[in-house]
Order: sequence, then C-alpha cells, then structure tokens
Amino acid sequence: MNPVLEVRDLAKVFGGISAVNGVSFEVHEGEILGLIGPNGSGKSTLFNCILGQLAPSAGQVRIDGSEITGMRPCQLNRLGVGRTFQLLQVFPQLTVRENLILAGQEHKGSMWSRLVGRRDAGVGAAAERMIEFFRLGTLAGEKAGALSYGQQKLLDVAMAFMAGPRLVLLDEPAGGVNPTMLAGLRERLREINAAEHATFVVIEHNMEFVMSLCTRVLVLDQGAIIAEGTPEQVRSNPAVIEAYLGH
Amino acid sequence: MKKVFFAVMLCSLVAAPFALKPYGIYLLTLWVVMTIAAIGLNLTLGYAGQISLAQGAFVGIGAYSAALLTTQGWPLWCAFLIAIALSLAIGWLLGYPALRVQHHYLAFVTLSFATLVYLMLRNEEWLTKGVYGVSNIPRPTLLGWSTKGAVEFYFFCLGILALVSIATWWLVRSPWGRAFTALRENAIRADSLGVDTRRYTLMAFAFGSAIGGIAGVLYAPMVQFIEPTAFNLNLSLNLLLMVMVGGTGYFLGPFLGAAVSVLLPEWMRFGSEGLYLIFYAIAVMALMAVCPTGMLGLAERFLKR
Repeated sequence: MNPVLEVRDLAKVFGGISAVNGVSFEVHEGEILGLIGPNGSGKSTLFNCILGQLAPSAGQVRIDGSEITGMRPCQLNRLGVGRTFQLLQVFPQLTVRENLILAGQEHKGSMWSRLVGRRDAGVGAAAERMIEFFRLGTLAGEKAGALSYGQQKLLDVAMAFMAGPRLVLLDEPAGGVNPTMLAGLRERLREINAAEHATFVVIEHNMEFVMSLCTRVLVLDQGAIIAEGTPEQVRSNPAVIEAYLGH
Repeated sequence: MKKVFFAVMLCSLVAAPFALKPYGIYLLTLWVVMTIAAIGLNLTLGYAGQISLAQGAFVGIGAYSAALLTTQGWPLWCAFLIAIALSLAIGWLLGYPALRVQHHYLAFVTLSFATLVYLMLRNEEWLTKGVYGVSNIPRPTLLGWSTKGAVEFYFFCLGILALVSIATWWLVRSPWGRAFTALRENAIRADSLGVDTRRYTLMAFAFGSAIGGIAGVLYAPMVQFIEPTAFNLNLSLNLLLMVMVGGTGYFLGPFLGAAVSVLLPEWMRFGSEGLYLIFYAIAVMALMAVCPTGMLGLAERFLKR
C-alpha cells in the first residue's frame, strides 16, 4: 500500500543557504509523526515545501502515490491535506462559527452554488459538530479576534479538520497553550486519529507533548534528518542530544 | 430598530425630491449614482482588500457605453448589458496584477490603468469624440414611463441603487463574501483552507468594476453631456475617499461616504464665502485622523462602549 505522504530528496535553497537538504521520509495511514529539531533546523520550511507555500529547489512530494510537488495550497487542501501554521492564523473579523464554515465551504458545491446557494454552504452542521468537539460552544458567536490566545489556537486546529482531511500537518500546535488546554487538544487529536484514521505530522518544541502523542519521531538538524525512531529511541539518541544541547 | 431605520431612510429618499428644487434633485441623483460606484469599490477594496484607483475609469467605460449607444438609438438596457460585460471583462483582466503585487504597488498599477482609459477617451476621437465630448444623451423610457424629468430619472436611479444594494447584500452574506473577507484578512491561510484566492481576487475586481460600469450608465443620461475629464483620476480618488470616509468593509459605508463627498461640500458652500473646500478638506482630514476605519467604524466604537 502507498504511504499517505512520501517525501523524496526534498531540498530548498535560499540564496547560498540550504534550509532543507535532501530530506526523504514516508508517513503511513493513521500514523502520528513528530518532527522535531532545534530552531532554524528547517522544519517549517520543509512543511511549506510539502504544502505548496514554497517551491522546492529539488525533490518530490507524493500523496497516496500521486506526485503533488508544486501544487497550490488550495488544490492540496481539496485533495484532503490540512495544515496549521506556526503563528496564529484565524480570521479575526469572522466569528468562530464563520471561521469554521469558511474552512469547509470550498469543499461543497461549485463557485456558482456558493454564490446563490445556502449561506452556510451546507457545512453549518459540520461546523456545529466541530464547535462541540473542540469545546468552543460558548464562543461560537464571538469574533475570533476577541478570543484568548489558547482559544484561537484551538480554533486554528479545528479549522484544519473542517474538511475532513486524511492528512494534517500541524506546526507547533502546543505553542502558547496552557497545560489544561493542551491536554484537551492532545485528547481531541487522539480521538480524531482513532475515529477517522487521520494521519498527522506534528512539528513541536514541547517534548512532553510530542513524546506522548506521536508514534514515530523524525529529528531535523541543519536541514537534514539526523535521527528517526520511536519517542524512546529518539530521546536517548546521542546525535539528538548533541543537536539540542550542543555537546 | 434596524428595520425602522431603513424604513425611515427609504421614506425620506422617496419624499425628498418633492421637497427639493431642481439643483437639489440633481445633487440627490448624483449621490445615488456615486453611491452605486462606491458600492462597487467597497466590494473590491472594503471586502476583498484589493486597492483600486481605477473605479472612476469603469464609471467612464459605463458612461461612454451608454452615451455612444443611446445617441445611436439603442435602448438603455442594451447599454447596461454591454457596459456590465465590458467592465466585468476588463475588471477581471485588471485583477491579474493583484495576483502578483499588493498594497501601494497595486495602487500604482490600477492608477496607470485609470490614466490609460482617460487618455483613450481623450485621444480616440473616432470613437469617443475626444475633448468635444458626447452631447444630447437621452434619458430612457421604460414600458411607456418616461424618465426625462428630473424627479422621474431620480426614481429610476434609486430603483437601480435598490437592485445593486440587494445584489451586493446577497453577495457579501454568501460564502463568496466570507471568502472575500478571508482574502482581505489572511490570503495565505485562506489558500491553505481550499479558498481559491486567485479566482476570488479576479472575481472581486470583476464584480466591483461591473458595478462601477452600472454607475457610469446612469451618469451619462443624468448629465446628458459627457467628456473625458469627468472620468480622470480625480473621480477615482473621490470614490476612494467615499469608501474610506464611510468605512471600508461596512455595507452602509458607501451610502454615507457618498453623502459626505457629494452633499457635504454643497451644504458647506452656503455662508462660507468660498472657503468651503478648505473646511471640507479639514473635516475629512480630522475624521481620518480620529478614525481611520471611517464614520461607521467610529459609530461602532461608540456603540461598543
């Protein structure tokens, strides 16, 4: 069976700086892969190359065996690939409900039906389910800009799941989220993973979060993979310890 | 409360021409036409966040379509169709630079386009009659109802404003409106959620320009004589001012902005001994300094307190 995501010899060069240097890995259905590494190791650049935000300098990306290198983010999203960004990316002037409807509306009907059809584009019920699932019920009618940082982070993650994606790439979902909310987020991700058999790739600096959520971990340093294995194997890997601690 | 407000406004607009002299009716009709043009720009700039300094050019394209066709005996509805189609197509093409450049760079691209249209209107005499302009533009007769009189033509324009307002209200409340807002607030995130930002950008330009074209089709029979200067950069800047002063991205912003731009200077003219434009400029600068989100932004701020 084809892996859900397959990255082959991916490279990205900015001028004379090689941010991603021939990275190859696979992610299989239902897997939660952690991607860790020190600041500047190329994690977010790798995400952006996979997801069409940046054009890779070399290499290929395949989803379910089909090459998707260079596809636009909106096309990838329609293929069932969701993502979150390192920095908060909600739409502050839209309400929580509208943010979620927006995140799902382009997957229903045509441009024409979205102009003349229902206001919620037929995804209102799905948005309500997502609001309930992520415990955002009391905030549904609030503008996203009025929410706390942690609540916006939850909304950000919820939006990535609105289209029922098969593969979701989460860039630092735990950043700035308090421990209680973080435990809730981890629980939600596990539930979706178990119920929908969704596949995740998670970039995170919070080691406790990564080690408790991920089934496999890749370690990136200076644009290249330096270690791979289960959380326990990676934790005790000397190359990883050196990359993080510098000795 | 909102319904009462709209009912009062509508009644006032219907009753107003009966209480006004011809110049007052002309100003009110001009307000209606400029409101339509500003609604189009508000769609492109206010909702979708794409700055355009070319809206005056689309009013010109609409006005010349109406003037050239109706003086040749074509009915005004044909001019409407042709002006809408032309503005839609040209607006779509003008949207392409917006896929590459943004903000003040995009403003310069659209400014160049506005200048190009003005030069074409002035220099292509074989088509536009150049600086001599087009005169004797007839007002339409609709199903036996003549709009030759100032009051009748005002009601005709008011009817078109109502139709444009309803269509725009529908559009901004539809999933398209939500996508436009997403495009304005965070195009990269919108793209990652499956929103085809390229197509929506082009649509925002096309629809906003088409509404500008509709305003132009009304402008020509309103003044009954047009020449290129009426559609130079001043008009585009004035329309931009209307949208900014009213409040970008507010549905009622263009109505208020057009009132400030069209009616306020005339009202200030009385008793100011020729200094009214200076007072007007100071008033606008003060408003922009106090509330960059326009009059409706200011009102919203007060209501939230």
